[in-house]
Amino acid sequence: MANAQIALTVNGAAHTLTVPAMKRLLDVLREDLRLTGTKEGCGEGECGACSVILDGELVNSCLIPAKQADGAQLVTIEDSGLGAIQQAFAETGAAQCGICTPGMVMASFALLARNAKPSLEQIREGLAGNICRCTGYQKIFDAVVKVSRQSS
Amino acid sequence: MRSHLADFDLVVAADLAEALRLLAAGWRPIAGGTDLMVLFNAGRLAYRKLVGITKLPELTAITLSPNAITLGAAVTYSAIQRHSLLESEFPLLCRAASWTGGAANQNRGTLGGNIVNASPAADSPPALLVYDAELELISTSGSRRIRYGEFHTGYKLMQSRPEELLVKIHLPRHQRELSQYARKVGARKAQAISKVCFNAVAEVNSSFIKHIRIALGSVAPVPLRCRKVEEALSGQTLTSTLIAHARDLIAQEIQPIDDIRSTAKYRSLVTQNLLTEFLGSLL
Repeated sequence: MANAQIALTVNGAAHTLTVPAMKRLLDVLREDLRLTGTKEGCGEGECGACSVILDGELVNSCLIPAKQADGAQLVTIEDSGLGAIQQAFAETGAAQCGICTPGMVMASFALLARNAKPSLEQIREGLAGNICRCTGYQKIFDAVVKVSRQSS
Repeated sequence: MRSHLADFDLVVAADLAEALRLLAAGWRPIAGGTDLMVLFNAGRLAYRKLVGITKLPELTAITLSPNAITLGAAVTYSAIQRHSLLESEFPLLCRAASWTGGAANQNRGTLGGNIVNASPAADSPPALLVYDAELELISTSGSRRIRYGEFHTGYKLMQSRPEELLVKIHLPRHQRELSQYARKVGARKAQAISKVCFNAVAEVNSSFIKHIRIALGSVAPVPLRCRKVEEALSGQTLTSTLIAHARDLIAQEIQPIDDIRSTAKYRSLVTQNLLTEFLGSLL
């Protein structure tokens, strides 16, 4: 039987879980931890809707087996430290249907953590793995620019 | 249809010895999962027992010696792009890493995974071919090295046994100044799989080609080194006649097909044009 005990720190809270070793991190977050802000889009690493931060790096949680995340520090869309980015998304109208939004926010967070003042080209590159089916990219880029201007 | 979770097992290897023992017992390696998990999510992953190898120190280091830069097989595309010495000595590999997926997949996907997934459309293999990389494989019965140019033997076929693990990729450091060129042609700039991926390096002295290596992705069943074209160009002085001859030769050497991403005809023409662009830059 392929259950595994794993430890995860999610948005600062420690959890110990027994889950199938190959259960997707996305499903562990949504089903076991009831953190349903992280969305499933394509389920094959193309769209970025399921983006979370794992040990400081942006990842697609649909491609990570639970056991491989054992011991990891995770940041998800529910984290309280994302307020400025979320506010900017709301103010620029960066969300339409909203399915890509949590992933866009996480990718923006990862980008800004490495580069507080990204150029438009760097923003486009940083968000290239996140697809918006409503094609609302311009307002999403505007939101990232807005946050970067706020930081000192 | 999804895979049934209870049919699968995954163990994260504590050390290399444990990984090799499990491989010898029929387990299969999983690194960043950016290819395997796509198959798994679609219910098409053939392996049931997986051993995680991403945290093994032998597989994650980038080490330097006077003659080579050695990358662990589980070094990610992000780590490749952030390495300043790779950027200055092996820029084509860094560019290939930046072309592979978006940020999230670059943080997980590994160079070794790109090699053993053996897609002829992958972007890093042509760079490794023009840099004449060597692979180091290891199993419970010992280790061996093989030139990367001899590794792929047919579509998804490789010179490796199931119990062997790709541990390291060695890049011989070049002593002399090289002209380096890489261009990817795809449907879009981001996240698109190549229609043609062209890489070349050459040692050139006022239009005299001392040495040249050319490799392509997406134009054959394997990442392809164009040895006939290289042979025709090495030791020659570049002229427009020679370039025209090389264009004809490369069209014969590649074996492109029609598929969802492009056509054989388009790939052939683009390959010829990229070769012309590169050789033209050396004149």
